[in-house]
Amino acid sequence: MNDHNIPVTEDELHAYVDGELPAERRADVEAWLAAHPEEAERVQSWRTMAEMLHARYDSVAQEPVPARLELERLERRPRQWLYGAAAAVLVAFVAGGTAGWVAHGAANAPSAFQSFTADALDAHRLYVVEVRHPVEVGGNERDHLQAWLTRRCGWTVFAPNLEASGLKLVGGRLLPGPNGPASFLMYEGASGERYTIYSAKTENGATQMRYARTDKDGALFWAERGVGYVVSGGGSDRERLTKVAQAVYDQAEKNGG
Amino acid sequence: MIVEAHAPNARDVKTAMSAFRQSVEAMIPALRRYARALTRDADAADDLVQDTLVRALRSERLFLGGDVRSWLYTILTNLNKNRRRSLARRPQFTQLTENNPDASGTEAEGRDIEKALATLVEEQRSVLLLVMLEGMSYREVADIQGVPIGTVMSRLARARAHVKASLEGERTALRRVK
Repeated sequence: MNDHNIPVTEDELHAYVDGELPAERRADVEAWLAAHPEEAERVQSWRTMAEMLHARYDSVAQEPVPARLELERLERRPRQWLYGAAAAVLVAFVAGGTAGWVAHGAANAPSAFQSFTADALDAHRLYVVEVRHPVEVGGNERDHLQAWLTRRCGWTVFAPNLEASGLKLVGGRLLPGPNGPASFLMYEGASGERYTIYSAKTENGATQMRYARTDKDGALFWAERGVGYVVSGGGSDRERLTKVAQAVYDQAEKNGG
Repeated sequence: MIVEAHAPNARDVKTAMSAFRQSVEAMIPALRRYARALTRDADAADDLVQDTLVRALRSERLFLGGDVRSWLYTILTNLNKNRRRSLARRPQFTQLTENNPDASGTEAEGRDIEKALATLVEEQRSVLLLVMLEGMSYREVADIQGVPIGTVMSRLARARAHVKASLEGERTALRRVK
């Protein structure tokens, strides 16, 4: 609007159509529009525009909310739990008992260990519930499984024997990891409880064992010779998880990791 | 050695949280609508909503009353800015079924408005959608974008002019050679 004689401003037209115009001014604008059909048509086109937007996008708000946006599900995500340090109960466990490790204000920058463990717990959670296809290669093909994962991952992948801990090898699969491929092995106990071993290359050359837990799962992380390991499972039974992880660690050591 | 760090009063705040959570939950459909129109990509939109919800739940304790709705839209709008900044570094996905010649009038109109939205710069698109689709007041939009009301109004005016021109271009493209 460049004409100084026009009493109704561009802003007022928008405010009018958006219901933001003071009530006492509405009649003036309407009278003015009646005298300026071209402007009235422009205002009408904004209303049509709003109708088109609603016609196109309101259906999205009518769709059932996808499962991945359910709040309960989002709260259970280990990633979120790991990052939201203050809200969570975090237990740090250090094998050997030398130095303590405390998750301090991890809300902003998750450490490599935290995101590594979160990835492993994501994989654990995703596959332990699988009934028909928990693994790509079954435990009855242990040699083939080890050879295949070793070839693809680039370090010696060894599926430890955990029968002493009451666990049988279900099998394994290859996963994308933080620094290349990751190996994922699954074990199952007498009552159907499942443990998984996730391993991938890591920047941490070697670290002590660390314990992390979510409301449903526990996980033990350590790194040895540039390969990080996360043993997950056992619910709140940390003792058994520790034993399982210890067995994995010992056998990996013997076999040169 | 075992170190345990407990949340100070997790149980005390639980009741207050569930009211907060309910108001967040009630907003999910509208957030999805806004995100879809903003990104015009169903997956990217739900990613955005998911990140918004995760952020909101995580910041539950930082939320000291006020309007949950505006707060959620603010988070989503800011996350979308970050998303667009990193878009250049990621592979781009496009829908395979772009053009359907047999589309009904409504579908064709939906495509037109989508194309028109795509011609806007981000701030204008956001203002247009917050006002016209989400029914926000200028004041709320100013708070969400962190700009004065005058800026909101000029963005809105420009956005409407662009969309109008784009829609008219679509309609007359077949009849008129410019």
